Amino acid sequence: MPGLEDLYREIILDHYRSPRNKGELESPPATRTEGFNPLCGDEIVVYLELDDSSEPPTVEDIKIGGQGCSISQSSASMMSAAVKGKTLAEVKDLTKAFKGMMSIHEQSLPGEGAGKEEEGDSGLGDLEAEIPEDVKLGDLEALRGVVKFPVRIKCATLSWNTLAQGIEDATS
Amino acid sequence: MTLDVASIKKDFPLLAREIDGKRLVYLDSANTSQKPQQVLDAMATYYENSNANVHRGTYRIAEEATHALEGGRAKVRSFINAPADRNVVFSKNATEALNLVARSWGAAHLSAGDPVVLSELEHHANIVPWHQLAATTGIELRWIPVTPDGQLDLTDLDRLLDGAKVLSFSAMSNVLGTLTPVERLVAAAHDAGALAIVDASQHVPHVATDVQAWGADFVAFTGHKLCGPTGIGVLYGTDEVLEATPPFLGGGEMILDVTKDGFKHTELPWKFEAGTPPIAEAVGLGAACDYLTGLGMDAVREHEVELTAYTLRSLTERFGDDITIHGPVEPAIRGGVFSFSYRDIHPHDLTQVFDQHNVCVRAGHHCAKPLMRELGVNATARASLYVYNDTDDIDAMADAIEAAGDFFAF
Repeated sequence: MPGLEDLYREIILDHYRSPRNKGELESPPATRTEGFNPLCGDEIVVYLELDDSSEPPTVEDIKIGGQGCSISQSSASMMSAAVKGKTLAEVKDLTKAFKGMMSIHEQSLPGEGAGKEEEGDSGLGDLEAEIPEDVKLGDLEALRGVVKFPVRIKCATLSWNTLAQGIEDATS
Repeated sequence: MTLDVASIKKDFPLLAREIDGKRLVYLDSANTSQKPQQVLDAMATYYENSNANVHRGTYRIAEEATHALEGGRAKVRSFINAPADRNVVFSKNATEALNLVARSWGAAHLSAGDPVVLSELEHHANIVPWHQLAATTGIELRWIPVTPDGQLDLTDLDRLLDGAKVLSFSAMSNVLGTLTPVERLVAAAHDAGALAIVDASQHVPHVATDVQAWGADFVAFTGHKLCGPTGIGVLYGTDEVLEATPPFLGGGEMILDVTKDGFKHTELPWKFEAGTPPIAEAVGLGAACDYLTGLGMDAVREHEVELTAYTLRSLTERFGDDITIHGPVEPAIRGGVFSFSYRDIHPHDLTQVFDQHNVCVRAGHHCAKPLMRELGVNATARASLYVYNDTDDIDAMADAIEAAGDFFAF
């Protein structure tokens, strides 16, 4: 059985204790997008301000509202830090890399028993190869342990799905 | 204790399971209960000896299968004191039973502007079907509010029921354990000319239930929360309302005749049981009713009142202001369901630590988001009791709460 330290890495707890980019942006001009985790009732709000003057557009500012568990809050905090100032193309790559890291065990649910787990771990390597080479997940790597706790994957991906929706709202 | 819990625990094979060498502490029975060997054996015996389809074959085991299904129904009838077997309709679960009422009775008898009164305590199963009906017919939903301690606030009941066609409410909250004054509410609904529908999913497993004493028109509950299997629920209805309800699903079993021009439905209760019914499940549910009757529902309730008092007292003494337990504080007006928050640790994080201690507790909104909004929380941890729980289980959870406090001590 994976232990708590596999899930709650120190850097995760740090982001949970001191969330980055917590707050609101005036909307408009910023877009405000809500995300829900239907399993637990957590709600997250992503405020997004794009700089359209550059080509491609960049994330000028991002703020995170709402409330949730340590995993969803720290994931949102790390995400906000990771995407701020990045071009939308870079954000897209980052999202793809992060969700790649998270999706791996969703396929091998329910993940009972050691055999299954090993399968998952070897699969992880395979999927890593698909992640764009120049993408550095940095702090976000700390969330890798979440895949050992399948129920929590949705906590970790909530902010990313909300960001993707926000970008769609902002660019459509 | 009024029940011999040590001996009851032995009836539930799953409770003997150990994970990582530690015993399992199951405190999620409001979600689903564990199953006693008696239920598992009854279902296995049915499959091993009598499995056949029902109400069809003339051969011996088909007769036995029919007898097994209808025998399960008779046990349920007796367990809830329904007047006759025809008043006990099998459904998939309580959710389907409530959908049957809203979709079939509601669609046939309600129209635009008709008020339907619900309470803020309701599970989504007693909300969403009415929202769906509102979307197609334009019925108006009204809400009985809750007090800060999680009881129904009946101050404005007369005004809410004025002109109402339906009052549909929970007999016991799945989030707070609140027991509602069922007989008073049913009487008030009838005085106002409204139909009274009771969601008794949390009540029937824990408190002796007499549907005739309640006087309700419809009562819905599920089998898997009362020691029975999943896949079977019950809709009780009076002759009058069941006769006035069009069939819900169409197909085999529910017909008298079918022609190329149409069909005639059969009599109660089979009119509402299209397709092959959950036969083994009915056997299991009947065995579950026998099991609980053997323990004695009054003893079950007494045990849970005592353990509820212990839980509230011990958690409050041990954790003081660090713990917030929602719902009524008086054990006499509540069941053994405890939604709580501990410090500012998110319920998901709390129950994740519990899992390390093999303590099974649910975290989330418990399918009652309107109530959670009234309580001002997104999610809670929820522990819930049953016949196989004792003070050791509560103490084990308390130890896990303390461990979570240590882990997340910032």
